[in-house]
Amino acid sequence: MITFDLQKNLGDFELNVRFELGEGDFLTLHGPSGAGKTSILRMMAGLLKPGHGFIEVGNECWYDSAKSIWKKPQERSVGMVFQDYALFPTMTVRENLAFALPKKGDHRILDELTEIMELGGLEHRKPSQLSGGQQQRVALARALAKKPQLLLLDEPLAALDQGMRLRVQDYLLDVHRRYGLTTLLVSHDMGEVFRLSNRVLTLEKGRILRQGSPSEVFTHKNLSGKFQFTGHVVHLKQEDTIQIVSVLIDNHVIKVVATPEEVRGFAVGDKVIVASKAFNPMIRKID
Amino acid sequence: MEWGPIILTFRLASITTVLLFLVALPLSYWIAFSRSRWKPVLETLISMPLVLPPTVIGFYLLVAFSPENALGTFLHDYMGLQLVFSFEGLVIASMIYSLPFMVQPLQAGLANLPPNLKEASYVMGKSRMATAFYVLFPTIKTSILTGLVLTFAHTIGEFGVVLMIGGNIPNETRVASIAIYDEVESLNYANANAYSLFLFILTFSILLTVYVINSGQFKRIWK
Repeated sequence: MITFDLQKNLGDFELNVRFELGEGDFLTLHGPSGAGKTSILRMMAGLLKPGHGFIEVGNECWYDSAKSIWKKPQERSVGMVFQDYALFPTMTVRENLAFALPKKGDHRILDELTEIMELGGLEHRKPSQLSGGQQQRVALARALAKKPQLLLLDEPLAALDQGMRLRVQDYLLDVHRRYGLTTLLVSHDMGEVFRLSNRVLTLEKGRILRQGSPSEVFTHKNLSGKFQFTGHVVHLKQEDTIQIVSVLIDNHVIKVVATPEEVRGFAVGDKVIVASKAFNPMIRKID
Repeated sequence: MEWGPIILTFRLASITTVLLFLVALPLSYWIAFSRSRWKPVLETLISMPLVLPPTVIGFYLLVAFSPENALGTFLHDYMGLQLVFSFEGLVIASMIYSLPFMVQPLQAGLANLPPNLKEASYVMGKSRMATAFYVLFPTIKTSILTGLVLTFAHTIGEFGVVLMIGGNIPNETRVASIAIYDEVESLNYANANAYSLFLFILTFSILLTVYVINSGQFKRIWK
């Protein structure tokens, strides 16, 4: 069980977040940039000191403003992946991983992580010789080398293309389960939230807006059973007794069939809404 | 041309560079990461040798190290150091005179590192010391090289400070730049030219090395 209550004046707003998560939870912090998500991660890692509150991890107290307890990052069982990966440029992949190993750590975990993250053959390369996805996997493996209780991920997939993103998500899910981690992820990507996490916190200006499972937080509120797009009329054509209206939506032209009554008064260039009930849409996987 | 002044110049430059590096490393670290309100004061003091005439530094060091004064007496009585008109005094003076040339590249190198490197290392459980020596300093090795080479070259180019505090004692304080001055005073232009040409070619080569390295042409070797 991890409980935290964090308060701090962050300049533009007051951060005030209280939350509890169980062992093995995968929590995503979601919200607009500048909502305080990264600050929460940094506080959990010990890199940023809150103004008030506490952090309890299991039976350990990492922070308690009332008792003046503040554990340094070195004293916390935390692994962190930074947005820019923060790989050490002078060290090879293997050296990066080995550096993260505690003094009495077992080197076998390095081999294991190398295998899980499919880094075999890259061990002797420098980070600058790796692709973004490879760097990301090294950063993830490095964060896990000391077998942390808590894994912190600060938008780790933001710089990757969609295909690589999905693959790294698989690695993330795999290690999360395999090592029984409790994970905190900062993400903007809705697909990522649904795919990875079992709990979501939506933040705005330092406060919790909504919390719960991804489907609770994101679907029930705006469930309408309807698709709706806005576009511009580019062409109108009479065919027998019906009208065919061509509408430009984003970069696609869509032809919509309508009765003459519906399109009465329409002219090329008008802004229109195209809507449809979602009870029979075609759905297909595209990659 | 005698080799004495040239050898002395090299000895002075080497010893100054090594000692100054050891002093400047923690100093640069502190300046790069400190948020103390005294930081601007210290930065200013370190940069002073860039703008002050070397004679000013030489003059105050001469006064401070003089056996007539408290500091000079203390150094002489308790540490057996005679810093006026001696090689040891020249080393101290050169270290002060070259301070900005060592500190500024190191400080800039450290300050320009992504802050995440340091934090990532802390989260891995590494101390500040281990982080500095295994992560930060290796990452700024081109800055370190620049600092070392500039200090070395700048110490070779010293004149005013040496003249004030060292004088012109053969094999003790008579470095090449002083020897040139001395030869010209005695109208031995050929000798002066020999020393001058030697220094010219040497400093040119040293600076060229730094610029070539910084332009990235040696990156494959140094990275």
